[in-house]
Amino acid sequence: MDVLTLSRIQFGLTIGFHYIYPPLSIGLGVMLVLFEAFWLKTKNQVYHQMAKFWTNIFALTFALGVATGLVMEFEFGTNWASYSRFVGDIFGSALAAEGIFAFFLEAGFLAVLLFGWDKVSPRMHFFATCMVCLGAHFSAVWITVANSFMQTPAGYHLVGTDMHRRAEVTNFWQMVMSPSSGDRLFHTLCGAWMAGAFLVISVSAYYLLKKRHEDFAWRCMQIALPVALLASIVQGISGDMSARMVAKWQPAKLAAFEGLYHTETNAPLAIVGYVDEKDHKVEGLEVPELLSFLTYHDLHAQVQGLDSVPPEDWPPVQACFMFFHGMVAIGVALLAVSMVGCLVMWRGELSVNRWLLWILVFSVLGPAIANQLGWFAAEVGRQPWIVWHEMRTPAGLSAVIRANTVLTSLVLFTFIYMLLFAVFIYMLNHKIQTGPHPDDLVPHGKLAIPNLTTDESTS
Amino acid sequence: MNLPVDLNSIWFVLVGVLLTGYAMLDGFDLGIGALHLFTKKDEERRLMLNTIGPVWDGNEVWLVVGGGALFAAFPNCYATVFSGFYLAFVLLLFALIFRAVAIEFRSKQPMRWWRQMWDIGFAAGSILSALLIGVAMGNIAQGVPVDARGEFAGTFFGLLQPYPLLLGITTVALFMMHGAIYGVMKTEGELHDKLRRWALNSIIFFVICAATTTMATLLYVPHMAARIKDHPWLFSIVILNMLAIANIPREFHRAKDWLAFLSSCATMATLMLLFGINQYPYLLYSVPNPENSLDIYNAASSQKTLGIMLIIAGIGVPVVLAYTACIYWIFRGKVKLGKSSY
Repeated sequence: MDVLTLSRIQFGLTIGFHYIYPPLSIGLGVMLVLFEAFWLKTKNQVYHQMAKFWTNIFALTFALGVATGLVMEFEFGTNWASYSRFVGDIFGSALAAEGIFAFFLEAGFLAVLLFGWDKVSPRMHFFATCMVCLGAHFSAVWITVANSFMQTPAGYHLVGTDMHRRAEVTNFWQMVMSPSSGDRLFHTLCGAWMAGAFLVISVSAYYLLKKRHEDFAWRCMQIALPVALLASIVQGISGDMSARMVAKWQPAKLAAFEGLYHTETNAPLAIVGYVDEKDHKVEGLEVPELLSFLTYHDLHAQVQGLDSVPPEDWPPVQACFMFFHGMVAIGVALLAVSMVGCLVMWRGELSVNRWLLWILVFSVLGPAIANQLGWFAAEVGRQPWIVWHEMRTPAGLSAVIRANTVLTSLVLFTFIYMLLFAVFIYMLNHKIQTGPHPDDLVPHGKLAIPNLTTDESTS
Repeated sequence: MNLPVDLNSIWFVLVGVLLTGYAMLDGFDLGIGALHLFTKKDEERRLMLNTIGPVWDGNEVWLVVGGGALFAAFPNCYATVFSGFYLAFVLLLFALIFRAVAIEFRSKQPMRWWRQMWDIGFAAGSILSALLIGVAMGNIAQGVPVDARGEFAGTFFGLLQPYPLLLGITTVALFMMHGAIYGVMKTEGELHDKLRRWALNSIIFFVICAATTTMATLLYVPHMAARIKDHPWLFSIVILNMLAIANIPREFHRAKDWLAFLSSCATMATLMLLFGINQYPYLLYSVPNPENSLDIYNAASSQKTLGIMLIIAGIGVPVVLAYTACIYWIFRGKVKLGKSSY
């Protein structure tokens, strides 16, 4: 294989693996804030126990996120040096802002969150939790801004020629608020909230099934299910907004998502199916006029097909179609699951409804897979551009790297990431099997609330 | 806005400050890692891990931000160095990942083989990280081949010449010294006494390395001493550096461990200052074609970006410093093992 293919595989592998963790950190961050808020409000110690248990899981996802995230920052330079030279003026500043505003905040207060339980007051601890959560959200903001420049570049001009050609900022805020950054950020965050909420739901459902830590699991469920429902609904709205944004700014990408080869009015939407790449059509179950309606809120609107751009500018259609449809299908399924879950819980029948609990146990895979597919769709749909209509992907490659060097690092990354993933699953399972600690029902040190704790616990 | 110095120079200093901050902070936790296998007792190893437990993550962020700042301010240098030193950076990533995972997972299981495996991973990852950082600095000091396009023109094994390797070992020694002093500050009892002995030994190790590096620099990399030769008053920094090193054992004798730690920080700061003064305005000095060198002008982002970044840094950095200080304050004092410990 050539150095370009290997570098693309390596980037795909490392970003895909990295992206398992940040959505969990963001989503769990929100859950932690809620748990602690309930604890401060109600003084019910089970919320303290919940906050502590989930903090441990958060720490696990955060550690893996940092370790795999450092790889990403290095990889722009190691494998995509020409791209880095081209966008450094813009992309670099977003990354640096992410470091200064997000990572420091997150990592600094994580120390208090994890190790400060008996060193600071409950309010201070709550503040630290909020800061960690905010930091996690900030990092999503800046990395989405950086990525959106690759999708819909704005607020820049080109200077220099040939090798020295590069994009320079002309208007910082215009660059930050590019046409796609708002929608994409919102969509990403919703996906992250769902990832966090469904992880809590999954573990709680497991406990309820096994009749372990039932009070704990019940309370977790009461908070997480409504969050999941809310996030799923909002995600639907955000998905609609994102798709219409893509139709406007990256029509070839939307055409690939839908396998729409020919520009047409009354465009149909394929619910399930596959792309016949040879005959330029989609085989499967189609709803007439739905694509026109969803894209322009008009049954007869004209939707641009792939024929509106030259074939050398087409992304891989089959892959885009599958990724996009997979993501949407999972999103809809999760919405249904969280609706049914909330309804059954509201009627007080959740703990006896074993089939639903089993579905909830496996629901955690939904957001994890949908988030991956969503990124794949977004990034594969951007091809063949590394920066939309400004630079093609092959042009972004480092000039000095060799195929066998990249092959070496790819093999090493594959090996270490398999190890990491095995350890992650092992540790996660271990924490879940151990469960919340009964001692955590009685806070210690400065967190102890004098009028609530019993005598022997105030030591 | 009219500044007395240009933005490029300010960013040269800022990137240097971030890397110095990284050395001072992550330096001690890499150092603790390098010393990790010196004790055989499980409890002492746990104590050592927990001295850095709440802070190592935040410390590593300095590297992320240093890298981000280099990318933002000097993208050409970032691109050339990272693609040119490809394997070295991949190895550094490995070492750092292994180390992070080892810290996280070591104490989660009681089995001997489990802990032994992660202990070795932690120590090896820490030593390799320190070594590679030193080797990278050594290559930047010595100069590397750069072609007319501004791309690295050497090979991976070309980076492993004696002078960079010597600087690598010196960095390991420096971090071991720094880590041992930090450990002395954070522990008590038997481990405290042990760490104090290691600290004194690693000071000797470091002084020998530093003296050798200085001689090697004067003999083989004279351009790294040129500016001090031209401006003799800058020699005062060398004297300050010597005083800072000499002050470490003195503070130990007076049982002022935290002043010893500050002296160690001052040692690092003065070393980086000497490095920066002689390097300026070059970011990547080209040997044998100095005209291909990357400097703070031909490798920089636009003035507009440098200005925006300065505002971002101006807002962010004071806040970061303030709460970093708060966090170190919250976790002051001797470390004890508890339920949420590593």
